[in-house]
Amino acid sequence: MMPGPPIGLLAELTHRCPLQCPYCSNPKALLKARSELSTVTWLDVADQAADLGALQVHLSGGEPTLRTDLAEIIAGFARRGVYTNLITAGVSLKRDGVARLAEAGLDHVQLSIQGARPETTELIGRFKGGHERKCTFAGWVREAGLPLTINAPIHRHNIGEVAEFIDLALALDADRLEIANVQYYGWAYLNRGALMPERDAIARQVDIVEAARQRLAGVLTIDFVTPDYYADYPKPCMGGWGSDVITIAPDGTVLPCHAAMTIPDLEFDRIPEKTLAEIWIGSSAFNRFRGTEWMAEPCRSCPRKHLDFGGCRCQAMAVTGDAANTDPACILSPHHDMMAEIAEAESRTDAPDFVYRRIGVGTA
Amino acid sequence: MTVRTRLQIDDASVPALPGYVRLHYCTVRQAWAVLAPERVYWPDETSLAILRLCDGTASAGGISARLAEDYDAPLGAVKPDVLEFLQEWSDRRLLISAESGKGQAL
Repeated sequence: MMPGPPIGLLAELTHRCPLQCPYCSNPKALLKARSELSTVTWLDVADQAADLGALQVHLSGGEPTLRTDLAEIIAGFARRGVYTNLITAGVSLKRDGVARLAEAGLDHVQLSIQGARPETTELIGRFKGGHERKCTFAGWVREAGLPLTINAPIHRHNIGEVAEFIDLALALDADRLEIANVQYYGWAYLNRGALMPERDAIARQVDIVEAARQRLAGVLTIDFVTPDYYADYPKPCMGGWGSDVITIAPDGTVLPCHAAMTIPDLEFDRIPEKTLAEIWIGSSAFNRFRGTEWMAEPCRSCPRKHLDFGGCRCQAMAVTGDAANTDPACILSPHHDMMAEIAEAESRTDAPDFVYRRIGVGTA
Repeated sequence: MTVRTRLQIDDASVPALPGYVRLHYCTVRQAWAVLAPERVYWPDETSLAILRLCDGTASAGGISARLAEDYDAPLGAVKPDVLEFLQEWSDRRLLISAESGKGQAL
């Protein structure tokens, strides 16, 4: 099946990060600085991605601002009209650093905040004074004339802070707020028992978000990433496998999604050994779950298959042991009840200690 | 800090694309896209015509009159659709008021 052009590129510039969030979306085997792609390769990627039709780049990590060539990389994408989005923890850059990125052509900043209260932010990120630094950073972003999204990953330790997150986003003059319930693969799967919220807390959270959306139309846009373990239907993950997004890991491994390495039998290609176009069209990993032909029942005959594409392959892998199964978030999945029971049981048990995200820890 | 308020669109409103929302012609797809934070929109012909007129000088009433003329349609039929579109897009913060825009950082 010949794919259309990709819409977005997720560029994971580095796995280095000053925070240690236990739900990090990076793989458990973190890459060290010496394996990272060079500036020249990223600039080449910018041209190749634009030629392929990518319209947005999400500059992520780890912490992308630890790359001293970030402004140069931003300029490389901006030159080609690609919309540039910085995904940052906001504790590393100084005021002039933010201004420099804006001058280089940065379009938008997404700032993660781990708690609406300083003590929660520190508990999760394990970075002293992190909350205050993030709030100061938000001010520098607005001062530089950049639009701001606050990303709030939600779990049992901060689900009671959702209303405060909304107030915080308003106080920081954000344009958007993402109330993003944690997705459980990689580090988050490892820490699932420590993170899973109770079903009642989810219901309260939904009410708060719905009311705030009504009240704040035209003032603050609130995106809600639903909690899969308590869902009835899966998300249209990545807009369909190999359909909208290309992810590039710090060492140049090209992935259909940032968690794809949790699926053991996939083989990935790398840049610069192959071009982005060769990989987008020909990579076996991209073609493995592209379209709907790979599907088994209940997806194969389901009218929703063009809406949600069978959900998340990595979640199917993590929960059912087979990435080709229907995402168990779906009520039609034979594993659906089991997943909900896991969530209910774990959420009612005292939370175990976190396994914090650090190099060498996740694979030990 | 500027306190944001919801823009209530009426005839006199002067809508503008904020700096962080870009109309972009994609040569690969040969189609116009609207690039916004975390989103890409594919406007249809009518939406594109409206967005192009949101230049920060034309009022919502003026935009409606111009479109009625271009499409040879009665103003009374065009205007409600235009106002509804502008309200919807400003509620998603994809359009801002040109006057209030001066007071904001964007």
